[in-house]
Amino acid sequence: MNPVLKLLLEGGSLTTAQIAQVAGLSVSEVEQHLEQLKKDKILLGWRPVLDLSREAATAATVRAVIEVKISPERGGGFNRLAERLARFDEVESCYLMSGGYDLLVFVKGASLQKVAGFVSEKLSTIEGVLSTSTHFMLRCYKDQGFLLDVGEATTTRLNVAP
Amino acid sequence: MSNDPKRWVAGHVAALPKSGIRDFFELVAKMKGQDVISLGVGEPDFVTPWNIREAAIFALERGKTYYTSNLGMIELRRAISTYVTEHFGVDYRPEDQVIVTVGVSEALDLALRAFCNPGDKVMFHQPCYVSYHPSISLVHAQGVAVPTFAKDNFALTAEALRAAWQPGCKVLMLNLPCNPTGGTCDRVQLEAIAAFCREKDLLVLSDEIYSELTFEGTHTSIASLPGMAERTIFLHGFSKAFAMTGWRLGYACGPAALIDAMMKVHQYTMLCASIIAQEAALEALTRGWDSVLMMREQYHRRRDLVVRRFNEIGLKCHSPRGSFYAFPSVAATGRNEKDFASGLLLEQKVAVVPGSAFGDNGVGHVRACFATSYEQLIVACDRIERFVQAPQK
Ligand SMILES: Cc1ncc(COP(=O)(O)O)c(C=O)c1O
Repeated sequence: MNPVLKLLLEGGSLTTAQIAQVAGLSVSEVEQHLEQLKKDKILLGWRPVLDLSREAATAATVRAVIEVKISPERGGGFNRLAERLARFDEVESCYLMSGGYDLLVFVKGASLQKVAGFVSEKLSTIEGVLSTSTHFMLRCYKDQGFLLDVGEATTTRLNVAP
Repeated sequence: MSNDPKRWVAGHVAALPKSGIRDFFELVAKMKGQDVISLGVGEPDFVTPWNIREAAIFALERGKTYYTSNLGMIELRRAISTYVTEHFGVDYRPEDQVIVTVGVSEALDLALRAFCNPGDKVMFHQPCYVSYHPSISLVHAQGVAVPTFAKDNFALTAEALRAAWQPGCKVLMLNLPCNPTGGTCDRVQLEAIAAFCREKDLLVLSDEIYSELTFEGTHTSIASLPGMAERTIFLHGFSKAFAMTGWRLGYACGPAALIDAMMKVHQYTMLCASIIAQEAALEALTRGWDSVLMMREQYHRRRDLVVRRFNEIGLKCHSPRGSFYAFPSVAATGRNEKDFASGLLLEQKVAVVPGSAFGDNGVGHVRACFATSYEQLIVACDRIERFVQAPQK
Protein backbone atom coordinates (compact mmCIF):
# COMPACT_ATOMS: atom_id res chain seq x y z
CA MET A 1 0.00 0.00 0.00
CA ASN A 2 1.07 3.56 -0.64
CA PRO A 3 2.91 4.49 2.62
CA VAL A 4 1.25 7.87 2.74
CA LEU A 5 -2.18 6.31 2.38
CA LYS A 6 -1.37 4.06 5.33
CA LEU A 7 -0.82 7.10 7.50
CA LEU A 8 -3.90 8.86 6.17
CA LEU A 9 -5.96 5.83 7.12
CA GLU A 10 -4.99 6.35 10.74
CA GLY A 11 -7.06 9.51 10.55
CA GLY A 12 -4.60 11.94 12.11
CA SER A 13 -4.06 15.39 10.70
CA LEU A 14 -0.37 15.46 9.97
CA THR A 15 1.17 18.09 7.75
CA THR A 16 3.11 17.01 4.68
CA ALA A 17 6.35 17.63 6.58
CA GLN A 18 5.17 15.51 9.49
CA ILE A 19 4.06 12.71 7.19
CA ALA A 20 7.50 12.82 5.62
CA GLN A 21 9.19 12.36 8.98
CA VAL A 22 6.93 9.58 10.14
CA ALA A 23 7.10 7.66 6.87
CA GLY A 24 10.82 8.30 6.48
CA LEU A 25 10.37 10.05 3.13
CA SER A 26 11.33 13.44 1.79
CA VAL A 27 8.66 16.11 1.55
CA SER A 28 8.70 15.94 -2.23
CA GLU A 29 8.26 12.17 -2.14
CA VAL A 30 5.21 12.62 0.09
CA GLU A 31 3.86 15.19 -2.35
CA GLN A 32 4.37 12.75 -5.19
CA HIS A 33 2.52 10.04 -3.29
CA LEU A 34 -0.33 12.46 -2.61
CA GLU A 35 -0.45 13.40 -6.29
CA GLN A 36 -0.57 9.73 -7.22
CA LEU A 37 -3.41 9.13 -4.78
CA LYS A 38 -5.32 11.96 -6.39
CA LYS A 39 -4.60 10.67 -9.88
CA ASP A 40 -5.81 7.23 -8.82
CA LYS A 41 -8.97 8.92 -7.51
CA ILE A 42 -8.36 7.49 -4.06
CA LEU A 43 -7.70 10.82 -2.40
CA LEU A 44 -10.66 13.04 -3.31
CA GLY A 45 -10.01 15.99 -1.04
CA TRP A 46 -9.53 17.26 2.49
CA ARG A 47 -12.18 18.30 4.96
CA PRO A 48 -12.05 19.45 8.54
CA VAL A 49 -14.37 17.74 11.02
CA LEU A 50 -16.33 20.53 12.69
CA ASP A 51 -18.80 20.79 15.52
CA LEU A 52 -21.00 23.44 13.93
CA SER A 53 -23.21 23.76 16.98
CA ARG A 54 -20.43 25.60 18.80
CA GLU A 55 -20.13 28.46 16.33
CA ALA A 56 -22.94 31.01 16.48
CA ALA A 57 -22.96 31.59 12.75
CA THR A 58 -23.47 27.91 11.97
CA ALA A 59 -25.34 26.71 15.02
CA ALA A 60 -28.62 26.63 13.14
CA THR A 61 -27.28 24.25 10.50
CA VAL A 62 -29.64 21.38 9.95
CA ARG A 63 -28.72 17.92 8.84
CA ALA A 64 -31.03 15.20 7.68
CA VAL A 65 -30.84 11.70 6.30
CA ILE A 66 -33.32 10.82 3.60
CA GLU A 67 -34.33 7.37 2.53
CA VAL A 68 -35.16 7.52 -1.13
CA LYS A 69 -36.88 4.94 -3.26
CA ILE A 70 -36.20 5.24 -6.95
CA SER A 71 -37.05 3.16 -9.96
CA PRO A 72 -34.06 1.49 -11.58
CA GLU A 73 -33.59 1.95 -15.27
CA ARG A 74 -32.94 -0.60 -17.90
CA GLY A 75 -29.22 -0.60 -18.65
CA GLY A 76 -28.11 1.86 -16.02
CA GLY A 77 -29.72 0.48 -12.87
CA PHE A 78 -29.70 3.09 -10.14
CA ASN A 79 -26.55 4.90 -11.19
CA ARG A 80 -27.84 7.65 -13.43
CA LEU A 81 -30.43 8.80 -10.98
CA ALA A 82 -28.12 8.45 -7.98
CA GLU A 83 -25.43 10.54 -9.65
CA ARG A 84 -27.94 13.15 -10.65
CA LEU A 85 -29.18 13.41 -7.11
CA ALA A 86 -25.71 13.42 -5.63
CA ARG A 87 -24.71 16.50 -7.59
CA PHE A 88 -26.88 18.86 -5.57
CA ASP A 89 -24.76 20.99 -3.24
CA GLU A 90 -27.09 20.21 -0.38
CA VAL A 91 -26.18 16.54 -0.60
CA GLU A 92 -23.16 15.67 1.54
CA SER A 93 -23.17 11.95 0.93
CA CYS A 94 -25.23 9.52 -1.05
CA TYR A 95 -25.20 5.74 -0.88
CA LEU A 96 -26.95 2.92 -2.66
CA MET A 97 -28.39 0.63 0.00
CA SER A 98 -29.68 -2.86 0.31
CA GLY A 99 -33.00 -3.33 2.07
CA GLY A 100 -36.19 -1.32 2.27
CA TYR A 101 -35.16 1.66 0.20
CA ASP A 102 -32.59 2.40 -2.48
CA LEU A 103 -30.62 5.53 -1.70
CA LEU A 104 -29.56 6.97 1.62
CA VAL A 105 -28.91 10.67 1.19
CA PHE A 106 -27.26 12.93 3.77
CA VAL A 107 -28.17 16.57 3.31
CA LYS A 108 -27.19 19.75 5.05
CA GLY A 109 -28.87 23.16 5.01
CA ALA A 110 -28.78 26.48 6.83
CA SER A 111 -32.25 25.94 8.27
CA LEU A 112 -35.10 23.48 8.53
CA GLN A 113 -36.99 25.33 5.81
CA LYS A 114 -34.07 25.11 3.43
CA VAL A 115 -33.71 21.37 3.87
CA ALA A 116 -37.46 20.84 3.68
CA GLY A 117 -37.59 22.94 0.56
CA PHE A 118 -34.82 20.95 -1.03
CA VAL A 119 -36.61 17.69 -0.36
CA SER A 120 -40.01 18.78 -1.52
CA GLU A 121 -38.99 20.90 -4.50
CA LYS A 122 -35.88 19.25 -5.82
CA LEU A 123 -35.44 15.77 -4.62
CA SER A 124 -38.95 14.39 -4.68
CA THR A 125 -39.79 15.99 -7.99
CA ILE A 126 -37.03 14.27 -9.91
CA GLU A 127 -38.50 11.85 -12.36
CA GLY A 128 -37.87 8.32 -11.12
CA VAL A 129 -37.92 9.23 -7.43
CA LEU A 130 -40.81 7.21 -6.04
CA SER A 131 -40.81 8.28 -2.42
CA THR A 132 -38.71 9.96 0.25
CA SER A 133 -38.63 9.62 3.99
CA THR A 134 -36.74 12.40 5.76
CA HIS A 135 -35.21 12.13 9.22
CA PHE A 136 -33.82 15.26 10.79
CA MET A 137 -30.81 14.83 13.00
CA LEU A 138 -31.34 16.22 16.48
CA ARG A 139 -27.92 15.97 17.99
CA CYS A 140 -24.51 14.69 17.01
CA TYR A 141 -22.48 12.57 19.41
CA LYS A 142 -19.74 11.36 17.13
CA ASP A 143 -18.73 12.54 13.70
CA GLN A 144 -16.27 10.71 11.46
CA GLY A 145 -14.46 9.17 14.38
CA PHE A 146 -14.48 12.25 16.59
CA LEU A 147 -16.48 12.34 19.78
CA LEU A 148 -18.25 15.64 20.36
CA ASP A 149 -18.21 17.34 23.67
CA VAL A 150 -17.59 14.37 25.94
CA GLY A 151 -15.28 14.88 28.81
CA GLU A 152 -12.71 12.30 27.72
CA ALA A 153 -10.28 12.66 30.58
CA THR A 154 -7.29 14.67 29.54
CA THR A 155 -4.30 12.46 29.93
CA THR A 156 -3.26 11.84 33.49
CA ARG A 157 -0.22 9.84 32.55
CA LEU A 158 2.69 10.45 34.87
CA ASN A 159 5.50 12.36 33.21
CA VAL A 160 8.13 9.96 34.37
CA ALA A 161 7.41 6.34 35.21
CA PRO A 162 9.40 3.13 35.43
CA MET B 1 16.20 6.27 73.38
CA SER B 2 16.06 7.74 69.90
CA ASN B 3 12.92 9.53 68.79
CA ASP B 4 13.59 9.16 65.11
CA PRO B 5 10.64 7.33 63.52
CA LYS B 6 13.15 5.77 61.16
CA ARG B 7 14.19 3.46 63.98
CA TRP B 8 11.14 1.38 63.10
CA VAL B 9 12.03 0.97 59.44
CA ALA B 10 13.40 -2.46 58.65
CA GLY B 11 17.08 -2.49 57.88
CA HIS B 12 16.81 -4.00 54.43
CA VAL B 13 14.13 -1.48 53.47
CA ALA B 14 16.15 1.45 54.79
CA ALA B 15 19.06 0.15 52.74
CA LEU B 16 17.12 0.16 49.43
CA PRO B 17 18.50 2.83 47.16
CA LYS B 18 16.19 5.64 46.12
CA SER B 19 14.93 5.06 42.63
CA GLY B 20 16.74 7.10 39.97
CA ILE B 21 13.38 7.43 38.27
CA ARG B 22 11.96 9.03 41.37
CA ASP B 23 14.72 11.68 41.40
CA PHE B 24 14.02 12.52 37.85
CA PHE B 25 10.28 12.51 38.39
CA GLU B 26 10.72 15.20 40.99
CA LEU B 27 12.87 17.28 38.66
CA VAL B 28 10.21 17.09 35.96
CA ALA B 29 7.45 17.85 38.45
CA LYS B 30 9.17 21.14 39.23
CA MET B 31 8.70 22.19 35.62
CA LYS B 32 4.96 21.91 35.69
CA GLY B 33 3.19 24.18 33.22
CA GLN B 34 6.26 24.61 31.03
CA ASP B 35 5.26 22.63 27.94
CA VAL B 36 7.51 19.69 28.73
CA ILE B 37 7.31 16.83 26.25
CA SER B 38 7.84 13.69 28.22
CA LEU B 39 9.57 10.69 26.72
CA GLY B 40 10.08 9.56 30.27
CA VAL B 41 6.94 7.52 30.60
CA GLY B 42 6.67 3.76 30.84
CA GLU B 43 3.18 3.19 29.55
CA PRO B 44 1.10 3.49 26.38
CA ASP B 45 -0.39 6.82 25.39
CA PHE B 46 -3.49 5.00 24.19
CA VAL B 47 -6.47 4.81 26.48
CA THR B 48 -7.71 1.27 27.06
CA PRO B 49 -9.83 0.31 24.01
CA TRP B 50 -13.47 1.17 24.59
CA ASN B 51 -14.87 -2.35 24.30
CA ILE B 52 -12.65 -3.34 27.23
CA ARG B 53 -13.69 -0.33 29.30
CA GLU B 54 -17.30 -1.01 28.43
CA ALA B 55 -17.02 -4.61 29.57
CA ALA B 56 -15.87 -3.38 32.98
CA ILE B 57 -18.78 -0.97 33.21
CA PHE B 58 -21.15 -3.80 32.33
CA ALA B 59 -19.58 -5.97 35.00
CA LEU B 60 -20.22 -3.29 37.58
CA GLU B 61 -23.79 -2.90 36.40
CA ARG B 62 -24.34 -6.60 36.90
CA GLY B 63 -23.05 -6.29 40.44
CA LYS B 64 -19.72 -8.00 39.94
CA THR B 65 -18.20 -6.59 43.06
CA TYR B 66 -17.03 -9.67 44.94
CA TYR B 67 -13.79 -11.48 45.59
CA THR B 68 -12.95 -14.08 43.00
CA SER B 69 -11.19 -17.38 43.65
CA ASN B 70 -7.59 -16.88 44.73
CA LEU B 71 -6.25 -17.99 41.39
CA GLY B 72 -8.62 -15.69 39.52
CA MET B 73 -11.88 -16.28 37.63
CA ILE B 74 -11.77 -19.65 35.91
CA GLU B 75 -13.18 -18.11 32.69
CA LEU B 76 -10.27 -15.71 32.63
CA ARG B 77 -7.73 -18.43 33.39
CA ARG B 78 -9.16 -20.46 30.51
CA ALA B 79 -8.85 -17.49 28.21
CA ILE B 80 -5.28 -16.89 29.39
CA SER B 81 -4.42 -20.52 28.82
CA THR B 82 -5.77 -20.39 25.26
CA TYR B 83 -4.03 -17.08 24.57
CA VAL B 84 -0.67 -18.33 25.84
CA THR B 85 -0.95 -21.49 23.77
CA GLU B 86 -1.80 -19.52 20.64
CA HIS B 87 0.76 -16.77 21.04
CA PHE B 88 3.62 -18.45 22.84
CA GLY B 89 3.21 -22.13 22.05
CA VAL B 90 3.16 -23.33 25.65
CA ASP B 91 0.25 -25.21 27.23
CA TYR B 92 -0.84 -24.47 30.79
CA ARG B 93 -3.81 -26.00 32.56
CA PRO B 94 -6.24 -23.26 33.63
CA GLU B 95 -7.11 -25.22 36.79
CA ASP B 96 -3.72 -25.26 38.46
CA GLN B 97 -1.02 -23.76 36.24
CA VAL B 98 -2.27 -20.20 35.91
CA ILE B 99 -2.58 -17.53 38.58
CA VAL B 100 -4.06 -14.08 38.01
CA THR B 101 -2.19 -11.33 39.83
CA VAL B 102 -2.22 -7.61 40.47
CA GLY B 103 0.00 -6.78 37.53
CA VAL B 104 3.21 -8.47 36.57
CA SER B 105 4.54 -6.50 39.53
CA GLU B 106 2.74 -8.74 42.00
CA ALA B 107 3.58 -11.86 40.03
CA LEU B 108 7.29 -11.00 40.21
CA ASP B 109 7.06 -10.37 43.92
CA LEU B 110 5.15 -13.60 44.52
CA ALA B 111 7.70 -15.59 42.58
CA LEU B 112 10.64 -14.13 44.45
CA ARG B 113 8.93 -14.67 47.79
CA ALA B 114 7.87 -18.18 46.92
CA PHE B 115 11.20 -19.37 45.55
CA CYS B 116 13.97 -17.53 47.37
CA ASN B 117 15.45 -18.39 50.72
CA PRO B 118 17.45 -15.64 52.37
CA GLY B 119 20.85 -15.50 50.74
CA ASP B 120 19.83 -17.23 47.51
CA LYS B 121 21.29 -15.58 44.44
CA VAL B 122 19.07 -14.23 41.71
CA MET B 123 20.56 -13.31 38.35
CA PHE B 124 19.09 -10.54 36.24
CA HIS B 125 20.33 -8.81 33.14
CA GLN B 126 21.11 -5.13 33.45
CA PRO B 127 20.12 -2.42 32.43
CA CYS B 128 16.76 -3.65 33.62
CA TYR B 129 13.37 -2.67 34.92
CA VAL B 130 13.89 -0.60 38.05
CA SER B 131 12.02 -2.98 40.37
CA TYR B 132 14.05 -6.10 39.77
CA HIS B 133 16.98 -5.54 42.07
CA PRO B 134 14.98 -4.01 44.95
CA SER B 135 12.42 -6.85 44.73
CA ILE B 136 15.25 -9.32 45.12
CA SER B 137 16.63 -7.42 48.12
CA LEU B 138 13.17 -7.34 49.71
CA VAL B 139 13.14 -11.12 50.01
CA HIS B 140 16.65 -11.11 51.48
CA ALA B 141 18.06 -12.69 48.39
CA GLN B 142 21.13 -11.45 46.62
CA GLY B 143 21.03 -9.91 43.16
CA VAL B 144 23.63 -10.86 40.59
CA ALA B 145 23.65 -8.44 37.67
CA VAL B 146 24.55 -9.75 34.24
CA PRO B 147 25.57 -6.97 31.86
CA THR B 148 24.10 -6.56 28.41
CA PHE B 149 25.89 -4.40 25.88
CA ALA B 150 25.10 -1.88 23.19
CA LYS B 151 27.29 -3.83 20.75
CA ASP B 152 24.84 -6.77 21.05
CA ASN B 153 21.82 -4.44 20.80
CA PHE B 154 21.40 -5.28 24.48
CA ALA B 155 20.56 -8.92 23.85
CA LEU B 156 21.49 -11.14 26.78
CA THR B 157 24.25 -13.58 25.85
CA ALA B 158 24.97 -16.96 27.37
CA GLU B 159 28.63 -15.91 27.63
CA ALA B 160 27.79 -12.96 29.84
CA LEU B 161 25.59 -15.22 31.94
CA ARG B 162 28.37 -17.71 32.39
CA ALA B 163 30.83 -14.99 33.27
CA ALA B 164 28.54 -13.58 35.95
CA TRP B 165 27.37 -16.88 37.38
CA GLN B 166 28.47 -17.79 40.90
CA PRO B 167 27.78 -20.76 43.15
CA GLY B 168 24.45 -20.22 44.91
CA CYS B 169 22.64 -18.79 41.88
CA LYS B 170 19.14 -20.23 41.84
CA VAL B 171 16.94 -17.99 39.75
CA LEU B 172 17.35 -16.09 36.48
CA MET B 173 15.05 -13.16 35.76
CA LEU B 174 14.56 -12.47 32.07
CA ASN B 175 12.82 -9.52 30.49
CA LEU B 176 12.70 -9.76 26.72
CA PRO B 177 11.88 -7.43 25.03
CA CYS B 178 13.60 -5.41 27.69
CA ASN B 179 12.65 -2.26 29.53
CA PRO B 180 14.67 0.03 29.16
CA THR B 181 16.82 -1.16 26.25
CA GLY B 182 14.31 -2.72 23.88
CA GLY B 183 16.78 -5.58 23.66
CA THR B 184 15.54 -8.99 22.58
CA CYS B 185 17.09 -12.40 21.98
CA ASP B 186 16.54 -14.45 18.87
CA ARG B 187 15.81 -18.12 19.11
CA VAL B 188 19.43 -19.18 18.81
CA GLN B 189 20.51 -16.85 21.59
CA LEU B 190 17.61 -18.04 23.75
CA GLU B 191 18.54 -21.66 23.17
CA ALA B 192 22.04 -20.97 24.47
CA ILE B 193 20.58 -19.26 27.53
CA ALA B 194 18.18 -22.17 28.05
CA ALA B 195 21.04 -24.67 27.83
CA PHE B 196 22.92 -22.68 30.45
CA CYS B 197 19.87 -22.67 32.75
CA ARG B 198 19.52 -26.42 32.43
CA GLU B 199 23.22 -26.91 33.07
CA LYS B 200 23.15 -24.79 36.23
CA ASP B 201 19.63 -25.89 37.27
CA LEU B 202 18.31 -22.33 37.26
CA LEU B 203 14.65 -21.48 37.64
CA VAL B 204 13.68 -18.82 35.07
CA LEU B 205 11.26 -15.98 35.78
CA SER B 206 10.45 -14.77 32.31
CA ASP B 207 8.77 -11.36 32.25
CA GLU B 208 7.38 -11.12 28.72
CA ILE B 209 5.20 -8.08 29.25
CA TYR B 210 6.38 -6.40 26.02
CA SER B 211 6.21 -9.51 23.85
CA GLU B 212 3.24 -8.41 21.73
CA LEU B 213 5.19 -5.28 20.88
CA THR B 214 7.72 -7.16 18.76
CA PHE B 215 8.19 -5.39 15.46
CA GLU B 216 10.34 -7.75 13.46
CA GLY B 217 10.11 -11.51 13.38
CA THR B 218 8.20 -13.35 16.04
CA HIS B 219 8.72 -13.31 19.76
CA THR B 220 9.99 -16.60 21.19
CA SER B 221 9.23 -17.46 24.79
CA ILE B 222 11.97 -19.32 26.61
CA ALA B 223 9.20 -21.45 28.13
CA SER B 224 8.50 -22.88 24.68
CA LEU B 225 12.02 -24.30 24.27
CA PRO B 226 12.54 -28.00 24.96
CA GLY B 227 12.95 -28.82 28.62
CA MET B 228 12.20 -25.26 29.74
CA ALA B 229 8.49 -25.17 30.65
CA GLU B 230 9.22 -27.22 33.75
CA ARG B 231 11.78 -24.67 34.98
CA THR B 232 10.12 -21.46 33.84
CA ILE B 233 7.56 -19.17 35.38
CA PHE B 234 5.99 -17.30 32.47
CA LEU B 235 4.94 -13.82 33.56
CA HIS B 236 2.68 -11.67 31.51
CA GLY B 237 0.05 -8.98 31.83
CA PHE B 238 -2.29 -6.58 30.18
CA SER B 239 -0.57 -3.28 30.94
CA LYS B 240 1.43 -2.73 27.79
CA ALA B 241 -0.09 -4.60 24.85
CA PHE B 242 -3.69 -3.80 25.79
CA ALA B 243 -2.93 -0.33 27.18
CA MET B 244 -4.25 -1.32 30.61
CA THR B 245 -1.60 -0.10 33.05
CA GLY B 246 -4.04 1.38 35.54
CA TRP B 247 -6.11 -1.79 35.78
CA ARG B 248 -3.29 -3.62 37.53
CA LEU B 249 -3.72 -7.05 36.04
CA GLY B 250 -1.19 -9.71 35.17
CA TYR B 251 -0.67 -13.44 35.46
CA ALA B 252 1.87 -16.16 35.97
CA CYS B 253 1.94 -19.62 34.40
CA GLY B 254 4.17 -22.50 35.34
CA PRO B 255 4.45 -25.97 36.83
CA ALA B 256 1.52 -26.64 39.18
CA ALA B 257 3.69 -27.07 42.27
CA LEU B 258 5.33 -23.69 41.68
CA ILE B 259 2.08 -21.87 40.92
CA ASP B 260 0.71 -23.42 44.10
CA ALA B 261 3.62 -21.98 46.09
CA MET B 262 2.96 -18.55 44.57
CA MET B 263 -0.75 -18.98 45.31
CA LYS B 264 0.04 -19.55 48.99
CA VAL B 265 1.69 -16.16 49.22
CA HIS B 266 -0.97 -14.53 47.07
CA GLN B 267 -3.91 -15.85 49.11
CA TYR B 268 -2.51 -14.44 52.33
CA THR B 269 -1.28 -11.14 50.96
CA MET B 270 -3.56 -10.14 48.10
CA LEU B 271 -6.45 -12.61 48.20
CA CYS B 272 -7.30 -12.00 44.56
CA ALA B 273 -7.00 -9.45 41.79
CA SER B 274 -9.82 -6.98 41.23
CA ILE B 275 -12.85 -8.66 39.71
CA ILE B 276 -13.58 -5.63 37.54
CA ALA B 277 -10.12 -5.74 36.05
CA GLN B 278 -10.52 -9.49 35.52
CA GLU B 279 -13.77 -8.97 33.64
CA ALA B 280 -12.11 -6.33 31.48
CA ALA B 281 -9.16 -8.64 30.84
CA LEU B 282 -11.50 -11.37 29.66
CA GLU B 283 -12.86 -8.98 27.07
CA ALA B 284 -9.32 -7.96 26.12
CA LEU B 285 -8.33 -11.56 25.44
CA THR B 286 -11.48 -12.45 23.55
CA ARG B 287 -11.99 -9.31 21.47
CA GLY B 288 -8.97 -7.09 21.94
CA TRP B 289 -6.46 -8.39 19.43
CA ASP B 290 -7.30 -5.98 16.62
CA SER B 291 -6.60 -3.09 18.96
CA VAL B 292 -3.25 -4.60 19.91
CA LEU B 293 -2.31 -4.82 16.25
CA MET B 294 -3.40 -1.25 15.59
CA MET B 295 -1.33 0.04 18.50
CA ARG B 296 1.66 -2.08 17.56
CA GLU B 297 1.63 -0.69 14.05
CA GLN B 298 1.74 2.83 15.39
CA TYR B 299 4.54 2.04 17.85
CA HIS B 300 6.42 0.48 14.97
CA ARG B 301 6.28 3.65 12.88
CA ARG B 302 7.10 5.81 15.87
CA ARG B 303 10.10 3.63 16.59
CA ASP B 304 11.36 4.01 13.05
CA LEU B 305 10.91 7.75 13.33
CA VAL B 306 12.78 8.30 16.60
CA VAL B 307 15.54 5.82 15.92
CA ARG B 308 16.22 7.42 12.54
CA ARG B 309 16.18 10.90 14.01
CA PHE B 310 18.40 9.95 16.97
CA ASN B 311 21.01 8.47 14.68
CA GLU B 312 20.86 11.49 12.38
CA ILE B 313 21.32 13.75 15.39
CA GLY B 314 24.37 11.74 16.39
CA LEU B 315 22.87 9.81 19.29
CA LYS B 316 23.80 6.29 18.32
CA CYS B 317 20.76 4.12 18.79
CA HIS B 318 20.03 0.52 17.86
CA SER B 319 16.58 -0.18 16.55
CA PRO B 320 14.78 -1.97 19.38
CA ARG B 321 13.07 -5.07 18.01
CA GLY B 322 10.47 -4.83 20.74
CA SER B 323 8.97 -2.63 23.50
CA PHE B 324 8.31 1.09 23.19
CA TYR B 325 11.70 2.26 24.39
CA ALA B 326 14.67 3.59 22.47
CA PHE B 327 17.95 3.55 24.37
CA PRO B 328 20.37 5.84 22.56
CA SER B 329 23.93 6.48 23.61
CA VAL B 330 24.70 10.08 24.52
CA ALA B 331 28.46 9.50 24.59
CA ALA B 332 29.06 11.49 21.41
CA THR B 333 27.73 14.63 23.09
CA GLY B 334 30.50 14.55 25.66
CA ARG B 335 27.97 14.54 28.48
CA ASN B 336 27.14 11.77 30.87
CA GLU B 337 23.58 10.51 30.86
CA LYS B 338 22.50 12.47 33.92
CA ASP B 339 23.80 15.80 32.66
CA PHE B 340 22.33 15.07 29.27
CA ALA B 341 18.89 14.32 30.72
CA SER B 342 18.79 17.26 33.10
CA GLY B 343 20.29 19.66 30.53
CA LEU B 344 17.80 18.54 27.90
CA LEU B 345 14.97 19.01 30.34
CA LEU B 346 16.00 22.46 31.49
CA GLU B 347 17.11 23.87 28.15
CA GLN B 348 14.73 22.22 25.71
CA LYS B 349 11.97 20.84 27.90
CA VAL B 350 12.13 17.24 26.84
CA ALA B 351 12.18 14.56 29.53
CA VAL B 352 14.11 11.34 29.00
CA VAL B 353 15.31 9.02 31.74
CA PRO B 354 19.05 8.66 32.45
CA GLY B 355 20.12 5.10 31.70
CA SER B 356 21.86 4.75 35.05
CA ALA B 357 18.41 4.69 36.69
CA PHE B 358 18.22 1.15 35.26
CA GLY B 359 21.51 0.01 36.75
CA ASP B 360 25.20 0.66 36.32
CA ASN B 361 25.25 -0.84 32.86
CA GLY B 362 22.92 1.87 31.64
CA VAL B 363 25.51 4.62 31.95
CA GLY B 364 26.10 6.67 28.83
CA HIS B 365 22.55 6.04 27.61
CA VAL B 366 19.11 7.53 28.10
CA ARG B 367 15.73 5.88 27.77
CA ALA B 368 13.26 7.58 25.47
CA CYS B 369 9.77 6.14 25.39
CA PHE B 370 8.12 6.56 21.99
CA ALA B 371 4.57 5.86 23.17
CA THR B 372 3.60 9.41 22.24
CA SER B 373 1.96 11.00 19.19
CA TYR B 374 3.87 11.57 15.97
CA GLU B 375 3.49 15.31 16.36
CA GLN B 376 5.01 15.29 19.83
CA LEU B 377 7.80 12.94 18.80
CA ILE B 378 8.76 15.19 15.90
CA VAL B 379 8.88 18.26 18.12
CA ALA B 380 10.81 16.34 20.77
CA CYS B 381 13.38 15.19 18.21
CA ASP B 382 13.74 18.75 16.90
CA ARG B 383 14.37 19.98 20.41
CA ILE B 384 16.88 17.21 21.13
CA GLU B 385 18.66 18.17 17.93
CA ARG B 386 18.86 21.80 19.03
CA PHE B 387 20.14 20.72 22.42
CA VAL B 388 22.85 18.51 20.96
CA GLN B 389 23.97 21.19 18.51
CA ALA B 390 23.98 24.06 20.99
CA PRO B 391 27.33 24.89 22.56
CA GLN B 392 27.58 23.28 25.99
CA LYS B 393 27.03 25.51 28.94
C1 LIG C 1 9.67 -5.08 32.51
C2 LIG C 1 8.46 -4.74 33.26
N1 LIG C 1 7.92 -5.64 34.09
C3 LIG C 1 6.82 -5.35 34.81
C4 LIG C 1 6.22 -4.11 34.75
C5 LIG C 1 5.02 -3.84 35.59
O1 LIG C 1 3.91 -4.32 34.95
P1 LIG C 1 2.45 -4.36 35.59
O2 LIG C 1 1.79 -3.09 35.21
O3 LIG C 1 1.83 -5.56 34.95
O4 LIG C 1 2.61 -4.51 37.05
C6 LIG C 1 6.75 -3.14 33.90
C7 LIG C 1 6.15 -1.79 33.83
O5 LIG C 1 6.75 -0.82 33.47
C8 LIG C 1 7.89 -3.47 33.14
O6 LIG C 1 8.44 -2.56 32.32
